[in-house]
Amino acid sequence: MSLMTEITIFVLAAFVGFEVISKVPTTLHTPLMSQTNAIHGIVMLGGLIVVGYANDPLEYVIGTIAIAFGAINIVGGFMVTDRMLGMFSKKPKPKADADGKGGS
Amino acid sequence: MIEAVLKPGGDAATALYIVAFSLFILGVKRGTHPTTAKQGNLVAAFGMAVAVVTTLLLDGVGNWGLIALGLGIGTAVGVTASVRVKMTEMPQMVALYNGVGGGAVALIAWSEIRHGISLGETIPLDTLIPVLFAAVVGSVSFWGSNIAFAKLQDLIPTRPLAVPGQQAINVVLLIGILVACTDIAINNDDPSQAIFIAVLLAAGLLGNLVVLPIGGADMPVVISLLNAFTGLSAAAAGFALDNVALIVAGTLVGSSGTILTMEMATAMNRSVANVLFAGFGGAPAGGAGGSTEERPHVSIGAQDAAIKLAYADSVVIVPGYGLAVAQAQHAIKEVGDELEKRGVTVNYAIHPVAGRMPGHMNVLLAEADVPYEQLKEMEEINPEMPRTDVAVVVGANDVTNPAAKNDPNSPIAGMPIIEVDQAQQVIVIKRSLSPGFAGIDNDLFYESNTSMLFDDAKKAAADIAAEIQNL
Repeated sequence: MSLMTEITIFVLAAFVGFEVISKVPTTLHTPLMSQTNAIHGIVMLGGLIVVGYANDPLEYVIGTIAIAFGAINIVGGFMVTDRMLGMFSKKPKPKADADGKGGS
Repeated sequence: MIEAVLKPGGDAATALYIVAFSLFILGVKRGTHPTTAKQGNLVAAFGMAVAVVTTLLLDGVGNWGLIALGLGIGTAVGVTASVRVKMTEMPQMVALYNGVGGGAVALIAWSEIRHGISLGETIPLDTLIPVLFAAVVGSVSFWGSNIAFAKLQDLIPTRPLAVPGQQAINVVLLIGILVACTDIAINNDDPSQAIFIAVLLAAGLLGNLVVLPIGGADMPVVISLLNAFTGLSAAAAGFALDNVALIVAGTLVGSSGTILTMEMATAMNRSVANVLFAGFGGAPAGGAGGSTEERPHVSIGAQDAAIKLAYADSVVIVPGYGLAVAQAQHAIKEVGDELEKRGVTVNYAIHPVAGRMPGHMNVLLAEADVPYEQLKEMEEINPEMPRTDVAVVVGANDVTNPAAKNDPNSPIAGMPIIEVDQAQQVIVIKRSLSPGFAGIDNDLFYESNTSMLFDDAKKAAADIAAEIQNL
């Protein structure tokens, strides 16, 4: 890919991001933040690629940590977002919550 | 052994990457509505799976043992952390995940430059410059996010920690980093790895120094900014590795993080520059909450509060960070339920930055099953305030301070507030009269129509609910 092609993609992606995301209601900002946070875990792909041509112990360590970090970012990010958004879905029957007898 | 089938940059791999980033865009788009958001997250996660599998099939990807080890450790940590985290601890979790993402970018950049050096050839600038950018921004993001995490988790003091000559040190560091990067770029036929490592360390130090002086209240803005940075650094890594999925996904995150950052700063009536370069430091009487002079105020107990609420027609509950810390969302919902049983109209007024991030309070209240329709945004509820019988402020402070409207010299002058002082009566549930994050006194506490209920938010709410039941 030529540099100019990559820059074209970069600029268009930036506009797409602004367009898609600027319509999110405030309510969903924390989940959205968490979801986009998970998406930048895609850097793990870079870890998978560079570990392929790692050829000394230090590079093995760097690459493995990079993959582990990326995986935490991806797995944790999507799961936490899912938990947050689960809170918004209608629950069949609102349970009467704990600490029923508050009293003194 | 898994057979590598896809050529890096080849048509098949690129096509699969296009599928992946399209799913990201669709996922984020679905994330814009409460009913489709959960599905949108799954769509994006599926896109990630496509991207990862595609990469694993690329020709040249190897060292499977290391890949398995990295994936195994990362997945185990990610799953454990996200299952265990409490809803109130979400912001620091996002900070932590953001940090490891930035760390991964910095490490990949390091690996990439070692690779370039070991080949012994001139590294083309269109690879080297993105690598340097990724290294610097990734490292800043990693260390900055860790500090943000530590502050929100109360591992280090949340108050602004100023180092003498702070700004000058930052500028020197930044210039040093730029000079070192230029040196590496000029000597791209044989760049010095030592200088590169120095750049990584200097950027890390810069990340620490930039975030340390920022107070806890501004942390969401910082995390959001660092989120955008990590996205951009991931895009830079994409430029270096010629990987279209990284470029598109990283850029998407860069733009979303930028919007969020600006919205958060606007909601607090602060510019991003203001957040980064000046704490609320100049405000008087920060300290440990011991106010110097006692001003007259009315203090009441749970029973009085229950009576005021039960015989009102309309009640507005204003939750703040104190509610989140005390895990009082379920207890306060119970108060709301008891009141509704008695025919009282109950609404919840959500300040844009209530909690620690925009939307954070909505998540907490949704967790407690508060109906979506009862959550009112600030612009919607303020005109209703004069017709409201009782406003109950639970663990909120600065966002209700009338000084923002009335006192042009106040540090928070002009900040949008929930105008509880317009309500007929106000009940403030709070541990003490101590100032909030902004470090300034809240005139609301001393108004004649304000009653203070000094207690932990959760206990107070539970007591009030019980008292209403007994009426």
